[in-house]
Amino acid sequence: MSTTTRSKPPRVGDRPAIRRTLIAGVLLVGAVLVLAPLIVIFFQAFSMGADTFAAAIAHPDTLHAIFLTVVTALVAVPVNTAFGVAAAWAITKFDFRGKRLLLIVIEIPFSISPIVAGVAYLFVYGLQGLFGPALQSADIKILFALPGIILASMFVTAPFVARELIPLMQAQGRDLEEAATSLGASGWRTFFSVTLPNIRWALLYGVVLCNARVMGEFGAVSVVSGNIRGQTNTLPLHIELLYHDYQTAGAFAAASILTVLALFTIVAKVLLERQGAGRGGRPAPAAAPAPVQGMNP
Amino acid sequence: MSRRRVLPGLRLSLGLTLLYVAVIVALPLAALIFKAASLGPEDYWRIVSSGRAVASYRVTALSALAATAFNLVFGLALAWVLVRYSFPGKRLVDAIVDLPFALPTAVAGIALTTLFAPSGWFGSILSGIGVSVAYTPLGIMVAMSFTSLPFIVRTVQPVLEDLDPALEEAAQSLGGSDRSIFLRVILPLLAPALLAGLSLSFARCLGEFGAIIFIAGNQPFETEITALLTFIRLEEYDYQAAAAIASVLLITAFAMLAVTNILQARALRYTVRN
Repeated sequence: MSTTTRSKPPRVGDRPAIRRTLIAGVLLVGAVLVLAPLIVIFFQAFSMGADTFAAAIAHPDTLHAIFLTVVTALVAVPVNTAFGVAAAWAITKFDFRGKRLLLIVIEIPFSISPIVAGVAYLFVYGLQGLFGPALQSADIKILFALPGIILASMFVTAPFVARELIPLMQAQGRDLEEAATSLGASGWRTFFSVTLPNIRWALLYGVVLCNARVMGEFGAVSVVSGNIRGQTNTLPLHIELLYHDYQTAGAFAAASILTVLALFTIVAKVLLERQGAGRGGRPAPAAAPAPVQGMNP
Repeated sequence: MSRRRVLPGLRLSLGLTLLYVAVIVALPLAALIFKAASLGPEDYWRIVSSGRAVASYRVTALSALAATAFNLVFGLALAWVLVRYSFPGKRLVDAIVDLPFALPTAVAGIALTTLFAPSGWFGSILSGIGVSVAYTPLGIMVAMSFTSLPFIVRTVQPVLEDLDPALEEAAQSLGGSDRSIFLRVILPLLAPALLAGLSLSFARCLGEFGAIIFIAGNQPFETEITALLTFIRLEEYDYQAAAAIASVLLITAFAMLAVTNILQARALRYTVRN
């Protein structure tokens, strides 16, 4: 034993020269590409002083944009979570035909350009779309209003909760739930007392990521919102508007709110991964994104 | 199949799932395809093969290729450094790799533009050596590299963590140099994960919008990406053209989704066997 450890050469790439070069190179590029944008946001936000920052945040249009973004998330995230849980329950607890197809359809929004999503919604609810004329004569406004923003946000985030739950619930199997029901527990009781405690961290993980994406969505929302200042501008759209108005400090002040949200999201992600959610919690081979594979029982 | 169904809730959960998928995902995409198909083959072809559209495909695809190539090298190096070495601040670096996923694309767009504009921190240095990034195809590349950075890191990282040290040791005992062991033992083992990460990263680059439009300059034929051209056609109330060009993006996305699924199935088969 002692001879093997003594004669064992260093692992590949462990020579100090290679190690130092690689670490230094990666940190330098990382600092330029990832860290610098983070710093420049706060630098620009406070470039004209804290008063300008506070005034930019307190501007009625900014406050309304924050309000709209929060309302969108308050509707879209819970609905999406309910869908994610239902989809994961159906897919992992039962066998039915077309399961693989269903999994792929759920994942579709993840690979589609948000602009395409926005355009697609236009052709459903817009005047040139399927229901547009009927909606107009009934005086129901979906596009260029809050419902359109919420629907487009739900499209782009549809896979977020389901994709965290499905691999985990697949790995956990059905035994516990089957035991609970055979002992007489109702379906809801089984879900809340048996399933939910086992998936809570992964569920929260999916909710956190879903919320970050809903609050930050730009492309899809910019197509369906109509960009009406102070009315249908969510926070990301408001940032664009301020930026193109050359109100740089104001744009970055608004952007800093979303950046703080992104930092909170990352912290929550790290904490939840420590609880076993996300990539840490999956069996190693499924650690890659898109848990579409390995679903055949 | 012979398994008796004992759990309740199939009808409710599957019903909800199908309803949501149908209304939120399938209906809009079907409406888009329907709209594009209603153009008729001649009009459709005229729009999607117009000079400006083709130029936008070229700009988008070439920038996405370049950004993905950059991420291949940088993402692999980053994953390697995070898995194989320890250094102060490593956990912080590991956490911040996810920033491009967590940061809204519009925020990333204005931040990168400010950095790389001629008056910006990096732009002013680069313009000194005659390189301009903002408002050029290089800017599109930078924005794409930023938003798709985590894909390759996060697909390669777990595979690299699980790599059996015995394989390397065997190669070392046979007298292989670090270089040849990396190229001939480690890299082939990482290849399936790298490919899967590459296709995810490339697909994301093709669809990216928010981060790019601020930094790109958006000159037709030069720095106009396909997603932006779709948006411009909408603003001109040219809904047919918007539908046709969006359908090209949609078809590309479906093709990339198929490629990704195949590559991931392979990557998974490979890791499971090991």
